[in-house]
Amino acid sequence: MRRSHPLITVLAMLTVGFLYLPLVAVAVFSVNATRYGLVWRGFTLDWYIKLFHNEFILEAAWNTLALAVVSTLVATILGTVLAIGMDRFPWGRKANTFLDLVLHIPVVIPDIILAAALVVAFGLLRLISTVFEPGLFNMIIGHITFQISFVALVVRSRLVSIGRDVEEAARDLFASTPYLLRRVTIPLLLPGIVAGAMLAFTLSLDDFVISFFTAGPESVTLPLFIFAAVRRGVTPQIHALSTLVVLITVILIVGMERVTRK
Amino acid sequence: MSKLLVWYGELTTQRNLANRGLAFLGAGMLWLMIFLVLPGLVLIVVSFASRGAYGQLEWDFTIENYKRLAGFSLFGWTADYIVIVLRSVWVAFVTTLISVVLSYPLSFFICARPERTRYLWLTLVIIPFWTNMVIRTYAWFLILAPELPLAKVAAFFGLIPPDAPLYPNSFAVYLGMVSMFLPFVTLPLYASVERLDWTLVEAAQDLYASKVRVFMQAILPQTLPGLSVGIILTFVPAMGMFVVPDLLGGAKYMLVGNLIQQQFGASRDWPFGAAISMGLMVLTMISLQFYRRRSKEIEFV
Repeated sequence: MRRSHPLITVLAMLTVGFLYLPLVAVAVFSVNATRYGLVWRGFTLDWYIKLFHNEFILEAAWNTLALAVVSTLVATILGTVLAIGMDRFPWGRKANTFLDLVLHIPVVIPDIILAAALVVAFGLLRLISTVFEPGLFNMIIGHITFQISFVALVVRSRLVSIGRDVEEAARDLFASTPYLLRRVTIPLLLPGIVAGAMLAFTLSLDDFVISFFTAGPESVTLPLFIFAAVRRGVTPQIHALSTLVVLITVILIVGMERVTRK
Repeated sequence: MSKLLVWYGELTTQRNLANRGLAFLGAGMLWLMIFLVLPGLVLIVVSFASRGAYGQLEWDFTIENYKRLAGFSLFGWTADYIVIVLRSVWVAFVTTLISVVLSYPLSFFICARPERTRYLWLTLVIIPFWTNMVIRTYAWFLILAPELPLAKVAAFFGLIPPDAPLYPNSFAVYLGMVSMFLPFVTLPLYASVERLDWTLVEAAQDLYASKVRVFMQAILPQTLPGLSVGIILTFVPAMGMFVVPDLLGGAKYMLVGNLIQQQFGASRDWPFGAAISMGLMVLTMISLQFYRRRSKEIEFV
């Protein structure tokens, strides 16, 4: 084990402090009794209690959850099947390069470009059907579009690490394709699928840009709500809401670590 | 015509396998085609359309939007949009540079922790990585508030009027950007630092290499794979970032992201927004090309 130079330790501590200073400030002011300004007036949990009586916030929380659950479900199924299709069949080199390219687009391009493309696409689709009015339906489609890629990439790397031996053995013992999938491939893949789904879920909860471009007046999510609120001016209630969101994120990450490290 | 072959232990034919494979690819690929590739192509087409009087699209295939982005307008040439594009590249560059400089000590520090606490430290870096960017950005409002020391010091030196917050300005944008993207560099860099072969570093020290030379010739080449992933993960999204400049930069420090958002929001000028998006796309492609060339070099070494 190497010891690090004191200077490195100091710099590292300062950097971690720099990352957490803003988050700690939000948490501190979420329990501050004063409504305006940043003077400390004593500890209170009033702002948290008020959150649960604010119907706009409850609705935003519900929208966020519905969006994340529905899009994650669809994206996990589509992404998993796509990953199996890409990895377990003898596609030519050109086809593989093309599939790989398409799969990586949402990962590498700035999300604002995908958001802009979706706005235009939904705008034209509205000429055909009114289903594509800005709102939760469009947001779900937008989220699924970037989630598929992340799920497929995670599941595919798991497929590669499983290798082909077990599946070949099953085939040698005359397993049919459905039987092979149900009893061999899917159970072996499960940790990868769960990790992919949790990644997709976190990405959906975290997303601001795609939601911001595709949302309608009725489909405000928590990040959108916080954004709109802080542009009007920050309040202790927003700090309380943000602190809760950060806490949920922490729980999700710790859970994700547990699953993936096994 | 369809030859028999053995694939994953199964005796089958090429055609059979291709049909089943397409069934697997079908749904996912169809989705990506309809909602990713097609909208992308539509965005390209729309960038050549123009805005009607009420914000509707008029299909008259001009390059007017690109000329406007390059600064040509009815009233002669202005540098406004070019300044915004160049500023975005510059902000992304500075953000990446500062993040790299801060990430090296941090990753070495985490690597030097004993096994038990190492994952704790690593999780400490992962948490901000996943925390909502709106929250992490607006949180700086508190640190930069007029009541707190940072703004007081700035006011003392006459940089801002007394009792004003230390935002919106370029300094706040850099603070927000670096705190946003730092984990994007630290995490891949850490993966490289963890695998560092210390015997090479010791050999360099034994041969009386200066500290700079030890870093440049023993540490940097070994950490290049993680470093280049970190750089690309930071530089590309930083160019298109819109939340940080919107909240911390204000109207005076606009970046490309804000410009695009403006066209799809208040201005309702989709063709111009599409053209700017294409400009950002070109910048992204250039960065990725540069990264791919570098990563090929790494493989050869």
